[in-house]
Amino acid sequence: MSDCYQSCAITGSGGSGAVTAGMLVLEAAARAGNHGLMTRSAGPQIRGGESAAMLRFGPAPVTCMGDSFSILAALDWGNFARFAGEIPLTAETLILADPGAGKLPPELEAYRAQTRWINLRELADALPGGRFNMVAVGAIAACAALPLKAVLDAAAAILNTKGPEVTETAHGCIRLGYQQLPTDGRSRSALPEVPRRWSLSGNEAAGLGALRGGVRFVAAYPITPATEVLEWLAPRLARLGGALLQAEDELASINMIIGSSFGGVPSMTATSGPGLSLMMEGIGLAVASETPIVVVNVMRGGPSTGIPTKSEQADLNIALHGLHGDAPHLVLAALDIADCVLTLHWATRLAEHLQTAAIVLSDQLLGQSRSIVDPPEMPDLPNLPLGRRCAEAVPGSDYRRYQLTEDGISPISAPGLSGLSYTADGLEHNESGTPSSMAADHGAQLAKRRDKLTHFDVGSLWAEITGEMTGAGDLCLLTWGSSHGAVLEAAARLRASGRPTRVIGVRLIAPLQREALRAATAGASVWVVELNQDGQLFHYLRSEAALPEGARSFSRSGPLPLRPAEILDAIAAESADD
Amino acid sequence: MTNPRTNWARTNRASTERAGHPSTTLGAKDYKSEIKPVWCPGCGHFGVLAALTKAFAYLGLPKDEVVTVSGIGCSSRIPAYIDGYGFHGVHGRALALAAGLKAARPDLTLVVTGGDGDGFSIGGNHFLHACRRNMDMTYIVMDNEVYGMTKGQASPTTQPDWSHSKLTPRGTGVPRFHPAAIALAAGASFIARGFAGSPNELVRLLVQALEHPGFALVQVLSPCQTFRPEQKAWKQAVHTIAEPAPADPSEAARLIQGDDGLALGVLYAQRAPVYQPRNQVEAELADIEAEFLL
Ligand SMILES: Cc1ncc(C[n+]2csc(CCOP(=O)(O)OP(=O)(O)O)c2C)c(N)n1
Ligand code: SF4
Repeated sequence: MSDCYQSCAITGSGGSGAVTAGMLVLEAAARAGNHGLMTRSAGPQIRGGESAAMLRFGPAPVTCMGDSFSILAALDWGNFARFAGEIPLTAETLILADPGAGKLPPELEAYRAQTRWINLRELADALPGGRFNMVAVGAIAACAALPLKAVLDAAAAILNTKGPEVTETAHGCIRLGYQQLPTDGRSRSALPEVPRRWSLSGNEAAGLGALRGGVRFVAAYPITPATEVLEWLAPRLARLGGALLQAEDELASINMIIGSSFGGVPSMTATSGPGLSLMMEGIGLAVASETPIVVVNVMRGGPSTGIPTKSEQADLNIALHGLHGDAPHLVLAALDIADCVLTLHWATRLAEHLQTAAIVLSDQLLGQSRSIVDPPEMPDLPNLPLGRRCAEAVPGSDYRRYQLTEDGISPISAPGLSGLSYTADGLEHNESGTPSSMAADHGAQLAKRRDKLTHFDVGSLWAEITGEMTGAGDLCLLTWGSSHGAVLEAAARLRASGRPTRVIGVRLIAPLQREALRAATAGASVWVVELNQDGQLFHYLRSEAALPEGARSFSRSGPLPLRPAEILDAIAAESADD
Repeated sequence: MTNPRTNWARTNRASTERAGHPSTTLGAKDYKSEIKPVWCPGCGHFGVLAALTKAFAYLGLPKDEVVTVSGIGCSSRIPAYIDGYGFHGVHGRALALAAGLKAARPDLTLVVTGGDGDGFSIGGNHFLHACRRNMDMTYIVMDNEVYGMTKGQASPTTQPDWSHSKLTPRGTGVPRFHPAAIALAAGASFIARGFAGSPNELVRLLVQALEHPGFALVQVLSPCQTFRPEQKAWKQAVHTIAEPAPADPSEAARLIQGDDGLALGVLYAQRAPVYQPRNQVEAELADIEAEFLL
């Protein structure tokens, strides 16, 4: 299946326009009828470091980057060595390079024969204000067999805010670049009838999912790679009558959203690892006071400040176990860019209905990648009434905010409603909310907060399950988060080679749907695949006795994303040992 | 989709009634809950609770539209003792929680209560930013220059030579935090000091603070009977400053820097821009989703 895709990496020093070029090629590919995915990579520098856009597109949805790139376009060679690990090439890779930017770096000497030299700078200089990254876009498009019209239309759409002269110059540069390669008459071909797709990043998708779920208040402190969730949300929340407050720190942001949610407005914050660490006490307060909140954690390499600009799936442990005391809460993970919409939508509704905290894990790879997808539909979310279960005042009897009910959900109120006042409390309390240190109250409230989560029937959304099983010993690849994409492609190749393979992408990690998971993996040879050093999901599932005998872990640290081939290699190596 | 806020929002009855027509229907005791305070007999916090409920009654605030928010400490127990909506949160974060609540629900009257440890130590950063954000809320800090709830450690307002804490047996050796001076520098628009043992004066200050549009700090000297029994002497030492309150920051700075920390009254009051998101619906979700279409 991978054969139907085109792939291309565009590299340059920070500020050279590699990412803009990538966006343009992606949008041009979309206009030519393709699905596509573009991931970004940057070094720690703000400017002057390295920057790359990696793209893959084709007629079917693109779930991951694949094993290697067929085109490498270098805007310059600044700090290229730092990308060596991220951009695997093969003997077939075509390198587009500008002689004006200097010689091939030593890492690429072996590819000298496949290098096509194009005078990007010289060509751009032919037009006043011309930019060489736009010449490169034209050359890449020609290489990738994209019709010229798709590229010109994409440039017009992306640059439309910059004025007609900028677009005109860009069009000139793109044409010059396009002419550098043979095009088999493609340049004149009319664009196909293309379904109107969406272009969205994981961070935008997370924001949209939250809006769909009803979030109208966000408080947050900027942190890479979560900031774009906030940048996208701020103006849109304002238009929807909500608000985003830039807090002084994460301790403030988590408490701010607890306050706004207490006020009756579904609320969210977004952060990344170091911020999540700071929020833990506040998340516990939301759990204890039964105030619904959503925390999106866009993971990056850790621990500590780690690798802010690159991905890892290593915050699962803190998301599951970081709260003190017995503090049951929801932990979810989005499986791909479009799935960020669904997962956030669902997480918000779950948190609101169950009156608890939901931590939703995304990661840099999802958050800062852009995808061309069919518009994500409004799902029919099973078993989930809209919004909070609201209390009604009963004359003559006192409102008990933390009343023990059959399903553990106590009707909630909000300031302004008469006859339903209460004090929300992080101190242990009785049913009325009065602080209590009595064993009976503690036991009852702890059990209620746990049972309302575990007794709730979440339906089938807890995981995405693909692939039939035919009998004992079939493969089952269990995974979470952005690794799902590479696992799906690995599974497709296994099936193509005759090996029935099931993939389970776990969307709801806590409370764990143990029985459903056991049923889905029964009799299979299970691998748990994830991007962290020691297999955090694997160990969690083992501790929950949720894995069949002999289940194995394939995990390695980030920041390089998992590639299908290495998953296959790991499975093949293990089978050889058996 | 409709704005979820409209499910909850009520007309701002509180402010219309307050405008010149104090309601007489509710007395101070109507604002008290049935929960008995956990405080030591003689604790200054009793006086603050009494003054606060009197201020509510004076202003005729509808009980369901006042929210009391606090952190952790003896003083932070106040929300449970008021019959109305409250949030007893975590240590030091009350101002942040209140800011979120106010941003989401501008129709409510917000009172934040806590101690000097809660507000100026663990919550110090939030204090600075609450002053400069100037959202409409009243912050009452019950200052007893000690951590009461954790049994007698030095707080940021403790004198450097106070050596009665086991944690700092030789004193803190660190100059005291000066709430009024710092609030002024950080941009607070209303700064007052009261005393738990001067109930009438305290009610008057709290009424002014509640009526002030913007962030109003009321530092209340509230003696800790148990760990700072010497604070009984405050009764004789406090003194009232001349009115009217300065509206000019440099004049206020002179007053605040020159005082002995026991001067009661409004130290600074000035109209300043109040931060509040607009909360106005101008688009539907479908308009926003349309932006993604290629
Ligand atoms: C994160 C955190 N750290 C420490 C504590 C312990 N603690 C509880 S109350 C308190 C100090 C309270 O002092 P203050 O705010 O001055 O109020 P008072 O009790 O004197 O009224 C401390 C340190 C806590 N609850 N949470
Ligand atoms: S310890 Fe001090 S502050 Fe706490 S209740 Fe007792 S007297 Fe009041």
